[in-house]
Amino acid sequence: MLSKKVILYFILITGGIITLAPFVWMLSASFMYDGHANVYPPRFIPDIFTLTQYEVLFQRLDIGKNFINSLFLSITVTAVSLFFNSMAGFAFAKYRFKGKNKLFNLLLSSMIIPAQVTMLPLFLMLKSVGLINTYMAVIIPGMANIFGIFLIRQYVLSIPDSLIESAKIDGASDFRIYRSIILPLAMPILVTLAIFTFMGTWNDFLWPLIALTDNSMYTMPVALANLMGEHSKDPELMMAGSVVTIIPVIIVFLALQKYYIKGIMMGSVKG
Amino acid sequence: MRIRYSAPYLFLTPALTAIFVFFFIPVIAAFVISFTDFDIYAINNFGTARFIGFDNYKALINDQLFWTSLKNTFYFVIAAGPLSIAISLGAAILLSSKLVRLKPLFRLTYFLPVVTTLVAVAIVWRFIYHPRFGILNYFLEFFGINPIDWLGDPNWAMPAIILMAVWKNFGYNMIIFIAGLQNIPEDLYEAATIDGANGWQKFKKITLPMLAPTTLFISIITMIGFFQLFAEPYVMTQGGPLNSTLSIVQYMYQEGFRWWNMGYSAAIAFVLFLIIFTGTLIQFKLQKSPEA
Amino acid sequence: MNRFLSSSILLILFTFGCGGSGDDKIVIDFWTLGAEGEYILELIPAFEKENPGIEVNVQQIPWTAAQEKLITAVASDNTPDLCQLGNTWIPQFVALNSLEILDEYVSSSDQIKKENYFDGIWSTNIIENKLYGIPWYIDTRVLFYRTDVLAEAGLNHPPQTWEELYDVSKKIKEIPGKKDKYAIYLPANEWASFVIFGLQAGSTILKNNNRYGNFSGSKFKKAFEFLVKFHKQGLAPIGISQVTNVYQAFKDEYFAMYISGPWNINEFKKWMTEDLKDKWMTAPLPGPDENTQGVSLAGGSSLVMFNNSEKKIETWKFIEFLSRPSIQLNFYKLVNSLPAVKDAWNDSTLAGDKYIHAFYKQFHHVAATPKIPEWERIVFSKLQQYAEFAVRGTMTTDEALKALDEDVNNILEKRRWLLENE
Repeated sequence: MLSKKVILYFILITGGIITLAPFVWMLSASFMYDGHANVYPPRFIPDIFTLTQYEVLFQRLDIGKNFINSLFLSITVTAVSLFFNSMAGFAFAKYRFKGKNKLFNLLLSSMIIPAQVTMLPLFLMLKSVGLINTYMAVIIPGMANIFGIFLIRQYVLSIPDSLIESAKIDGASDFRIYRSIILPLAMPILVTLAIFTFMGTWNDFLWPLIALTDNSMYTMPVALANLMGEHSKDPELMMAGSVVTIIPVIIVFLALQKYYIKGIMMGSVKG
Repeated sequence: MRIRYSAPYLFLTPALTAIFVFFFIPVIAAFVISFTDFDIYAINNFGTARFIGFDNYKALINDQLFWTSLKNTFYFVIAAGPLSIAISLGAAILLSSKLVRLKPLFRLTYFLPVVTTLVAVAIVWRFIYHPRFGILNYFLEFFGINPIDWLGDPNWAMPAIILMAVWKNFGYNMIIFIAGLQNIPEDLYEAATIDGANGWQKFKKITLPMLAPTTLFISIITMIGFFQLFAEPYVMTQGGPLNSTLSIVQYMYQEGFRWWNMGYSAAIAFVLFLIIFTGTLIQFKLQKSPEA
Repeated sequence: MNRFLSSSILLILFTFGCGGSGDDKIVIDFWTLGAEGEYILELIPAFEKENPGIEVNVQQIPWTAAQEKLITAVASDNTPDLCQLGNTWIPQFVALNSLEILDEYVSSSDQIKKENYFDGIWSTNIIENKLYGIPWYIDTRVLFYRTDVLAEAGLNHPPQTWEELYDVSKKIKEIPGKKDKYAIYLPANEWASFVIFGLQAGSTILKNNNRYGNFSGSKFKKAFEFLVKFHKQGLAPIGISQVTNVYQAFKDEYFAMYISGPWNINEFKKWMTEDLKDKWMTAPLPGPDENTQGVSLAGGSSLVMFNNSEKKIETWKFIEFLSRPSIQLNFYKLVNSLPAVKDAWNDSTLAGDKYIHAFYKQFHHVAATPKIPEWERIVFSKLQQYAEFAVRGTMTTDEALKALDEDVNNILEKRRWLLENE
């Protein structure tokens, strides 16, 4: 029995090392001077610790601006989409109206359409109203999403109707029921969805790449890819850029991982 | 009690309007555009776009580059899909073992690549694959393997992308598998143990069948995601060397946003949609037929 | 939820609040491609000192995403005042109607005159008799070759004609121990070689005012067959995957000749060290016969002004500044980009570099590729593809060229339609 346990741990720990190695290398190379990562055999610990790469990033390359762009866009998209999705999810879960099931099924089945299909017309649409290269161009397509509506509906279904009925008898308006009963009770799923949306927006690459043209408007991933075009020979600098890019998502994930993992499990219960 | 018929519609309006205007209309528009020759001239002057019927779709049949991108994408989906699912399942089973402690810690570790920004990890992986200074070649050397120019050699570039994609994605499916495993009643295993079944038999006769719905779900989302391969090759290889990592989405992007053949690009997008749609149907069929 | 909203609002205020700079200087937005942007910063203070009222704001765009970014910017009216453009890209932006015509600026300028530039390069900036760009730095392709290998094959000078190129290649292959090696590297995925030899043979590449492909015309065919012959006879490697590192292969004598541009000089210098240091050279391209100097491509980057700029006078001033021989020379010293202005070439840094000399000679014999927006797509997605088929023997040269013309004619269909409906 002991040997089985040893093998089990051996596999798990080896897997863990392989999984983490890229991050460790990223972090350690980001604290090296120019050229110090270009050595053979590879170094996992900086020989001389330095913050120069971060200084270059923030001072000369002004990456702080891109960081704020990403933060602003991710928070805004999260807030707006949470509001829109939760109202729609509530309506689908707790109201009876004509064509409800058809509408809901139409939405669900359209989840299979790859987002890339919409990119070109969306670009032309936003261009015709002058929104390309504005923050709105990134916010607009993220305002509502079908997966979010689905997730919230599933959760709200489990809230007992009796709570809503008694509130109605007390004369509460529909919006009040939504705000004072549904939202507080659905808080766990709202947090989950918030993490999903925040991370999705933060990590998104293709659309911001197309929709934003000014360096000063770029989100972190786009700025990073942009940097790579010019500094592919400075791995230390690129690693520092990568560290700055992933820190917020890692923080959000570590802080709220319970909700996140629960969300994935819920989303998979009934696909 | 008042009956408020308008309430659900009011709640639905913001989200549905946004989805309708910024998702459904573009989808329909893309479909229409795919029957036109909308191109760089038309950007300047919409009037020069013409309806050309199925010409874009017909042209795709003779387009060598399209077939290359199709072949590459299938290579990626067929190799990386099962590989990542197998690793996810393996990790999930190990982590469900009663012998293991610190489960949350392992789970967290394996999950970390999933949440991190793709562009950022692609940068690290580009360096891991570096022919002279990369850690991968360094480790391979211990086994007497000569340095490989991972991203520069047309034969190795796709395997390199696959490896990275598996690393990045297996954690997500692992979580779903863990949830699936938790739903398998414990007494099934106990009964099997009494009947003298060994570990492999239990896996084959209990775990796999009980996980079937989960596996179907995972296969579908993995396939849909992997068919949309873009950012990995965009950042690591630009589709090269020799177009060996050019994916459908990347080709679509190139045609649409580099050469500005938006009509053609939209046609590629719909072919991709059809492939994903067909793939989903096939998986449903495959899953259902053995039981029927 | 309230906290979400309020923090968003705070962020909005913050982001928009730090935008304005406050003083009333005129700011020129200048987009550069690739590494140039980083070095150009060092030249700008001198300009801003001369023109205290003007500030230059440089934005770098990586080459890999440049075309996408630029066209997106045009499509959404977010263009800068001034931009660096690869000179083969100019037609696309002319088609988008976004570039300022520069003829009048030049005719009233003391600084920028046509005579100061190489003719072939200047003409790449002229589309339908209108000037859209001022050459900034230039490049072309010449022959990089191993002097030791060629000498071993009995040739003590670079090949002057096609015939000599072919003969020396055969002899290189016959050198003992060279059986698995090659004479020349002519990869099918570098379309430039095919176009260069086509131009040398006198082909126009396209015909009828660029309405149709002319690849199966006798002149291009002659050139195409000439190049494919090298692959068929084992004088040039067919697969491109065999050469993962051009410099390494050149160093290892895997091939002895390679047609390439000035961007490779420093790389070759880096690899060809110690006893190999003097074993390589550059030379102008061979010509079709003894009496004809072989032409090469007129490449490089131009400075273009966008026609919706509101700072045209200031932008032109800056273009003039960048076109001064002394500034051009400084720029060369910073990034090794060859100066477009001929006067700058008199300086010893350039005149004294033996590898650059071939380029200087070649610049007197450079030709432009067809100046239509479809050009890049034709060569990148079609010419390369059919060249590879022919080289690999998947198609005969006749079949490949015929199919190429068909594809190209399809691409040009829109152009024909537009010309007829003008």
